Amino acid sequence: MAVQVELLKSIPYFSGLSAAELDSIKEFVFEKEVETGEMILLEDEPAEALYFVTSGAVRVFKTSSDGKEQILSFIRPGESFNDVPVFDGGPNLASAQAVGPVVLYGIRNSDIEVILRSHPQVSLNVTRVLSQQTRRLVSLVEDLSFRQVIARVAKILLEYASDGTGPKLRLTHQEMAAMAGTAREMVGRSLKSLENEGAIRLERQRIVITDKEALREMAGVVD
Amino acid sequence: MAEMPVIDREKCDGCGLCISVCHCNILVLVDNVVTVVENKKCASCNRWCAQCELICPTGAISCPFEVVIEER
Repeated sequence: MAVQVELLKSIPYFSGLSAAELDSIKEFVFEKEVETGEMILLEDEPAEALYFVTSGAVRVFKTSSDGKEQILSFIRPGESFNDVPVFDGGPNLASAQAVGPVVLYGIRNSDIEVILRSHPQVSLNVTRVLSQQTRRLVSLVEDLSFRQVIARVAKILLEYASDGTGPKLRLTHQEMAAMAGTAREMVGRSLKSLENEGAIRLERQRIVITDKEALREMAGVVD
Repeated sequence: MAEMPVIDREKCDGCGLCISVCHCNILVLVDNVVTVVENKKCASCNRWCAQCELICPTGAISCPFEVVIEER
């Protein structure tokens, strides 16, 4: 399918651009369809392109030498990944895998600079996006350094709770463990404790947050 | 039919640990790879026990869930 200007417009990189500018950027964008479980990027491989998710979700993660995974984030529609290596010229920072069927928009390294030079607004948008990504990563460092596992699990539940709009993202114990930097057993125990505290209810294929305030308190989230 | 645990056949090494912890007996080994058989007991449960996912040493079996906020 051809690249759609309407979808480009919904991507934060391209917000505030005129229809004519979006049309000219469209020429540099390619579409890529990826199947469930397919690897999109491998950590430390040369970076070839910057990607935006237009439908589905992508898991971005690091792998240790003994095979342990640390999930850095799930990328949802409108969000980008592989930004840093495209701008600093280094290899891919992390691996990326399709969670379900995914449609991506991509821009090759060589084309990024052309776009930035021709459209200063995009540079401003990129600064904003990279700042938000830095905030998220600092928050992850904070979680891994200072929060107990149960608090990390509570925070993950709050972050990934569906509000009924947008695509439904489904998590496994393994994925939650890889986000929280712990073992699956610890996630299982934490979920049971949260249920005993009355903050959540475990159902088949669903975790229902029954007391959001209690969960926020357990996660150590302050306004 | 209710959704059943998901098995990654490539990751499964046929150790059978998941079968030993499954309360509903929905897992069997076929050609040394664990396979789900439909079972009314499991399908009628209103929650995953997810024991199979928790015990699997290779991460080959999963019980994916969605996180939702209860409407009041």
